[in-house]
Amino acid sequence: MSDVAVHEADHGTHGHTTSTGLSNNKVAMWLFLGSECLLFGGLISTYMLYRGRVSIGPRPGNVFDIPFTSVSSFILLMSSLTMVLAVSAAQNRDDRGTTLWLTVTALLGATFVGGQVYEFTAMYNEGLGFTTSLFGSSFYTLTGFHGVHVTVGIIMLMSLVGIIKRSTVPGDKAEVVELIGLYWHFVDVIWIVIFTLVYLIPA
Amino acid sequence: MTVATETHAEHDHSHDDHAQHGMSNAGYIRIAIILAAMTGLEVSTYYVDFGSLFLPVLLVLMVVKFFVVVSYFMHLKFDNKLFSFCFYAGLFLAVMVYVIALASFKFFAA
Repeated sequence: MSDVAVHEADHGTHGHTTSTGLSNNKVAMWLFLGSECLLFGGLISTYMLYRGRVSIGPRPGNVFDIPFTSVSSFILLMSSLTMVLAVSAAQNRDDRGTTLWLTVTALLGATFVGGQVYEFTAMYNEGLGFTTSLFGSSFYTLTGFHGVHVTVGIIMLMSLVGIIKRSTVPGDKAEVVELIGLYWHFVDVIWIVIFTLVYLIPA
Repeated sequence: MTVATETHAEHDHSHDDHAQHGMSNAGYIRIAIILAAMTGLEVSTYYVDFGSLFLPVLLVLMVVKFFVVVSYFMHLKFDNKLFSFCFYAGLFLAVMVYVIALASFKFFAA
């Protein structure tokens, strides 16, 4: 029995038995992401309804900088590649590779958020405040919520880097990295939808 | 000892599952290049007049990119079907609820 205890202490969740045979953490993360579809679905739908409601202030076509946002979108897309490389490194028990790719992912995410702050500032200077019009309110709410999700992802990534460096992740690190990776990829797929529906398809 | 052996066997099986998750790093890079190319095509619609194909091209690219990331980067294609159910149930519900909501506001009316 002591062999079992030692083994389970070494490998954390691997020794646990669940009724599904699957990791409860992973099931919970997928359920959470499913529920997030409803949150962003509501925000995107609200924007679609209100994007043409502009009585005063600039209209969508006047404030969007498509080339700039395209570069931001590309950066976020590439952060999904670096994230999946971090997961792959974690599965190969390569701590150095894992921390490297997690850090690169966080930096790419920070670049995206920085771009969003710049975009918001430029729009505000052009006269589009949060309460200027229904378009402004729904746009800032949608993209702001997404930006907060990216920021939370960056905090999780950097926390994970610190935890891995201190070697305080109990059990299998690969699952922890994979769970945060799922969240990160979800933030990316939501941006894929926002970029097309909000920026590329004119009101 | 028997229990310990079984637990080790489960553990080894689990690592096999990790390996089956899928793809090599080169495979992930190929997927990323395809996604980047699709993004480039999307952005080109801003500069090039696609005529009546403008909207269908953008919507198809958006959906394909979405499912490529979910299937390959999020490993849903290779993972247990329960995970697919958890995610796609939420996605399906969201799409249905909001398409109906938008239709009730006559969003799709020309």
